Amino acid sequence: MAAADELAFHEFEEASDLLAETPDAATTSGSNQLTPQGHVAVAVDSGGSYGAEEEVEESDRTALLQEEKQQPGFWTFGYYQSFFDVDTSQVLDRIRGSLLPRPGHNFVRHHLRNRPDLYGPFWICATLAFVLAVTGNLTLVLAQRRDPSIHYSPQFHKVTVAGVTIYCYVWLVPLALWAFLRWRKGVRERMGPYTFLETVCVYGYSLFVFIPTVVLWLIPVPWLQWLFGGLALALSAASLVFTLWPVVREDTRLVAAVLLSTVVLLHALLAVGCKAQQEGKPLPALPLRP
Amino acid sequence: MAEAAESSGDPGTTSPRPLFAGLSDISISQDIPVEGEITIPMRSHIREFDSSTLNESVQNTIMRDLKAVGKKFMHVLYPRKSNTLLRDWDLWGPLILCVTLALMLQRSSIDSEKDGGPQFAEVFVIVWFGAVTITLNSKLLGGNISFFQSLCVLGYCILPLTVAMLVCRLVLLAEPGPINFVVRFFVVIVMFAWSIVASTAFLADSQPPNRKALAIYPVFLFYFVISWMILTFTP
Repeated sequence: MAAADELAFHEFEEASDLLAETPDAATTSGSNQLTPQGHVAVAVDSGGSYGAEEEVEESDRTALLQEEKQQPGFWTFGYYQSFFDVDTSQVLDRIRGSLLPRPGHNFVRHHLRNRPDLYGPFWICATLAFVLAVTGNLTLVLAQRRDPSIHYSPQFHKVTVAGVTIYCYVWLVPLALWAFLRWRKGVRERMGPYTFLETVCVYGYSLFVFIPTVVLWLIPVPWLQWLFGGLALALSAASLVFTLWPVVREDTRLVAAVLLSTVVLLHALLAVGCKAQQEGKPLPALPLRP
Repeated sequence: MAEAAESSGDPGTTSPRPLFAGLSDISISQDIPVEGEITIPMRSHIREFDSSTLNESVQNTIMRDLKAVGKKFMHVLYPRKSNTLLRDWDLWGPLILCVTLALMLQRSSIDSEKDGGPQFAEVFVIVWFGAVTITLNSKLLGGNISFFQSLCVLGYCILPLTVAMLVCRLVLLAEPGPINFVVRFFVVIVMFAWSIVASTAFLADSQPPNRKALAIYPVFLFYFVISWMILTFTP
């Protein structure tokens, strides 16, 4: 019992205390005595890093949980809660995976492990929208320092424009991609297509590299800005391409090439749009009234 | 209950006296009727108290609510881990703070529409929709705080930033210059840190331990955006 006391979660502490004090209490609690310890044992093992053996235990645990409760319907809160079932370490690991794409590593299989989340894409897009607006504002301030004739204004509408654009990109482009891949599903034998959420996840996490890039674009050296922009685009597009390659590889060459180049092109458009919006056109100073 | 009483009276059990030991001494036979009155002495007092709030003067009612709001302001200004903000939540404080902040962020110049500063509606929407989004986020991550409690905490923790806005407006009455900006920057940074510390003190305990950073980051972003709006305000 001492081990269970150390390892018990909060919600089981009262139960195990009560059971310790009244061992002869109603017999229905006898079987419950096993399940808290059983849950504790499995959860401790699968809380650490991922590996082959631990995946088996994790799948055992998920199988056990699925026996206990059915899949909640889409009108319940629990359904949406399943999309936010990530820990801090997992989110950081996924961000790291999107920053450093490697040719063999498929982001979906390796990092997402078929458990996509909506936390990452949502908050990365929100951060990117706000950072774009803030740095656009800062660019204007710095430009005004150099050239006092430029009139400064907070330009708050930039936040709205940036936010709407980025969110539309992260939702509509994966939707089109997913629909296209499903349509072509008949050609492929080996690998099934990704679910919609996994595609959204890949796109969302791939946008993370733009956040430091937009901050670095404050440095007013043009060739350095182009360098950072190119680097960010390369990293982010590489992450997308390496993820999509195993799925598209079995398709005809033409379709594969067109799809991948469309993906990269849209991504480049987004990068250019971010840069253009960040520069903005500073308003000329208002003429003095006579 | 009767079975438990009989079984715990068995001889030969060597366990320490369990919680319900005294039950073995009670024998409930069917002859003794069990009846009586259950009255709690305090209850009639409370009932009196409740009905009397209908008859009290309007000033008493308003002062009581204002005192509750003021008490919560004090809790925000000196954040300790306490439950007051969570237990008796109310949304008056956040509303007062949000309206004050939005009014102060209004620009007084004639051509304010062309300049594109945040309008009253934009500030209002950002504060309330931001707070709702953060609350939904923390609930989806598995936090056990109720919706309105979280809105209450986030709204009350805007108080340091409202104070910063007041100070900035006063400082902007002086002549503009780099010292002016440095003072405003310093004040906003300090108040931003204060807001984050206050809201973390109240909200952090309600999150599962391995997701605390995930729940706190949106709060950081929220107060950062409000601080940015305050810092870039020019009359």
